[in-house]
Amino acid sequence: MGLADDVKQELKFLGGFKLTFEHLTRPRVTRQYPDEKKPKQPRQHGRHVLNRYEDGMEKCIGCELCAGVCPADCIYVRGLDNPPDHPVSPGERYGYVYEINYLRCIHCDLCVEACPTEAITESKLFEFSFTNRADAIYTKRELVVDDEGRPQHLPWEDWRPGDDQHTSGWMRATAPGGQAAYEGEVQWSGELGYGVRRPEGGQSGRRDDQATGTLALREVLEAHLLDEDIPLAHRGMRGRIWRAQVSAERHRRKFEATRRRLAEARAVRRRNKSGGGA
Amino acid sequence: MSAVLHPALLGALTTHGDPLYNHGVGWFVWVVVVIKVLVAFAVLLVSVMLMIWFERKLISDMQSRIGPNRAGPWGMLQTMADGIKLFFKEDLVPDQADRFVFKLAPYLSLVPALLIFTVVPVGGIVTLDGHAFELQVADPPIGILLVLAMSSIAVYGVMLAGWSSGSKYPLLGSVRASAQMISYEAALGISVVTVVLITGSLSTRAMVESQATNFWDWNLIRLGFVPFFLFFTAITAELTRPPFDLTEAESELVGGYHTEYSSIRFALFFLAEFMNVITMSAIVVTLFLGGPDGPVPHLPSFSIWFPIVWFLAKVMIFLFVYVWLRAALPRLRYDQLMTLGWKYLIPISLGWLMIVAGFVVAGWWGIGIAVGTVIAAGLLLRAFTIGRERVNADEAVLPPLGRRPQSPERPTAGGA
Repeated sequence: MGLADDVKQELKFLGGFKLTFEHLTRPRVTRQYPDEKKPKQPRQHGRHVLNRYEDGMEKCIGCELCAGVCPADCIYVRGLDNPPDHPVSPGERYGYVYEINYLRCIHCDLCVEACPTEAITESKLFEFSFTNRADAIYTKRELVVDDEGRPQHLPWEDWRPGDDQHTSGWMRATAPGGQAAYEGEVQWSGELGYGVRRPEGGQSGRRDDQATGTLALREVLEAHLLDEDIPLAHRGMRGRIWRAQVSAERHRRKFEATRRRLAEARAVRRRNKSGGGA
Repeated sequence: MSAVLHPALLGALTTHGDPLYNHGVGWFVWVVVVIKVLVAFAVLLVSVMLMIWFERKLISDMQSRIGPNRAGPWGMLQTMADGIKLFFKEDLVPDQADRFVFKLAPYLSLVPALLIFTVVPVGGIVTLDGHAFELQVADPPIGILLVLAMSSIAVYGVMLAGWSSGSKYPLLGSVRASAQMISYEAALGISVVTVVLITGSLSTRAMVESQATNFWDWNLIRLGFVPFFLFFTAITAELTRPPFDLTEAESELVGGYHTEYSSIRFALFFLAEFMNVITMSAIVVTLFLGGPDGPVPHLPSFSIWFPIVWFLAKVMIFLFVYVWLRAALPRLRYDQLMTLGWKYLIPISLGWLMIVAGFVVAGWWGIGIAVGTVIAAGLLLRAFTIGRERVNADEAVLPPLGRRPQSPERPTAGGA
């Protein structure tokens, strides 16, 4: 090895200067967290909800399989026979007591897998700050979805509008028995307020990003990747065009939504004014 | 009121120095001096505040982060918030500490940092009410010696802080610090001597004036770049800035020499450290980049300001470079640090001093000395190479020390 090679080897540390200087122009990865949130992973495991059928009946049948499978031993269920005159669930029994202790829950989703009626699923909500232990134990009153099928917003939970949508992604992404042929097949019942949720595509490419809410996430992830880590179709000029199309589409939708909202507001105002005049 | 100063001191001041003292020392002189001191003090403190903010912001930019952004616009008041917080923290003195020295040490590192800045020429000569004075706090005839002396005293601050804490990590940190600072002071001093040689004076003002008007008269170019890089490396080590920040290597020594300090005393160390960064950048600019020298357009009312702006711009470049160094380079190991200091910087600076001295003394005959130095350096390098090859060769009698690639055909000592 000659002197020139030695010098070249020694001067390799200059690459650090180039890299750090380049980083001045790269987008920042920091999020202003409480003000601005990252899009959540489509299959994020957050806190549970107890779902209801589209007619308002509870899905839970009080079978206690979730409590049995729970490795953290955080679920407590007691079933009771349905009262014949006003049944709670469309079966023989229903979950009379349902408690989950979130100081113990590890969000492994085994309860969701065990549930025979898709009664318990996990939402993407995870930002709680309870100030006493009693609040950490969610009872049935807190877990059951409300009359629109949405999780209940508890005072110590930090939500933004839309955070409660696109939930139970895990269930919808998994084919029963792990059979690849069942990927994308609907194997679950409808939910109150949402109907039958669309399946989430696996790796077959038959995915509906729009409906499952994964598009924004993938875009965000790609903005921070190096060129070689991005799929060929999203790279370079082709990718730029693709991104431009996507963002144009999104802006168009936003614009449409704003216009619709303004029109509605105007209509409401006009109605109020005419109502007040009459 | 005209002869307050001792005649000898007055003479020393007037032979070569601030024209402010040319007509004796009256009330005007006192006012100007006090204002200069106060302005320099305030500007230094504020610039330290901004420097800390600048460093945190820039390094977070270089790491794709945002950095402080809560206190004030763009987080500029973050340092002030930290300072206020530190001020109100409990001031602890460890049981094992030598109480007097423990309390003295922060000031020993802060005061030199402040004093070094006094000899830095910030701008040109200003005339106010018939009195001409220099835009620099003091212009002693020994200017650059004051810098060297103060930077040596700053070592005491670090050393005594570690020693008086009565704790192991601070002691280790301060031992490293004093060894490092003393090693690098040699290269630092020798590269300063080249500047002194070519200027023919120790006064910082004279150094700046000798570099004025043309940028190729800057010592950076006049002395052939090498002393500049030597000086810059040496002061980086002297400042214990990355990549030479072994004294406060967080991963090894907790906080280094100031581990046991808290509250306002810790803040003083922090202040001194960043103030040193600023003053040393100013010293580099003064010695090698012509200080406030730069093109001044013919605008009578602004001509005072242009040199100051040039000076600040040059200092800013160095502040940027310091942050950049911190972002780009990993910390050196202790033996690497010593190798760099003793085996490279000191011989190179000595050789370069020889060359410069040759040219200064003998004009173009200095080429002879230059050639001689280069030949001697080549011989030395060859000797080093041969020595290293012999140490690493297969027939080496003693097992080689240090890290080196193991040859595949040679079994390791344990496997034999």
